[in-house]
Amino acid sequence: MSVWIAVIATGLGCYALKLGGLVTPQRVLEDPRVRRFTDLVPVALLTALIAVQALAHGRTLEWDWPRMAGLAAAVAALLLRAPFLVVLAVAAAVAAGLRLAGL
Amino acid sequence: MSTTDSELSAPSALSTASGRRSAAVRDGLGVGLAVGVSGLAFGAAAVTAGLSVAQACVLSLLTFTGASQFALAGVIGGGGGLIAGTLGAVLLGGRNALYALRLADLLDVRGWRRLVVAQGIIDESTAVATAQPDRATARTGFFVTAVSLYLTWNLTTLLGAAGAAKLGDPETLGLDVLGPAVFLALLWPRLTAGRTELRVAAGAAVIAILATPLLPPGVPVMLAALAALIGFLPGRAGRTEHADRTEGSAA
Repeated sequence: MSVWIAVIATGLGCYALKLGGLVTPQRVLEDPRVRRFTDLVPVALLTALIAVQALAHGRTLEWDWPRMAGLAAAVAALLLRAPFLVVLAVAAAVAAGLRLAGL
Repeated sequence: MSTTDSELSAPSALSTASGRRSAAVRDGLGVGLAVGVSGLAFGAAAVTAGLSVAQACVLSLLTFTGASQFALAGVIGGGGGLIAGTLGAVLLGGRNALYALRLADLLDVRGWRRLVVAQGIIDESTAVATAQPDRATARTGFFVTAVSLYLTWNLTTLLGAAGAAKLGDPETLGLDVLGPAVFLALLWPRLTAGRTELRVAAGAAVIAILATPLLPPGVPVMLAALAALIGFLPGRAGRTEHADRTEGSAA
């Protein structure tokens, strides 16, 4: 049941932020420090998510070779300027393939 | 969910109003369909993380911003605290407030319509809207992108969630890689954009990993937001003033 609460709270919170921005007076953005900080926060949060999802299991850190190889394949695909969905397919295929091979 | 600028049509040579308008529609539909399909990845990742099909679908309907959705699913999948997971997901949605600030002037919506328009404000719709040459086509681009993406995102969430629920062990299929791979792809344009971004990213990863054994799941990610302060270190300030155009660069 509490997962439902988290789902609904996340939905409402994200919606409130969108609406909040739409009704906020424009002068808030005039401070360059505000712009800069808000500009960099997504970079920090997304990178932290990548690191945690790749390496953490609960509170323990674990190195899963197929998963890390899948991510490395995603990096390679991105360097080759592959489209979004191709990047995802390559990452999943590499991880699945290595697991199938018994690694 | 996001896309690269390459998917947006170049500022076209079409000089007529209708030409600009159809270019905006093409942009919007293309981005909407291409990115909307990644709802498949979200649906699969959500069910893999332990959400039910219904929870995955409600999350897409209400939240409609991919990174936050993946984040919540990731924390739940990692056995993390729901409160920390929710806060982290909402914090990630904070950039949509900034997009909304910028779009408020461009779209010029007033009164109750803002209640509807707000839900459509995400990376992709902002990217398409701000890529258009004038206000009228910006509005067209925004609405076409938002509507097509909302439809495909929710439809593919259902398909991905229902499909993953039938597939058995998701790790066998490599689906556990999808969450981090999606973030990586969304973040890529930012990481390649400037050195400050790379420093912030490295700092955030270090904070999150060091904090993981010490704090409840979900909290390390929020703590990592502090890494954004690296952008204010002396000597490098102002290095990435190009950052004015961040639309479409992060989920």
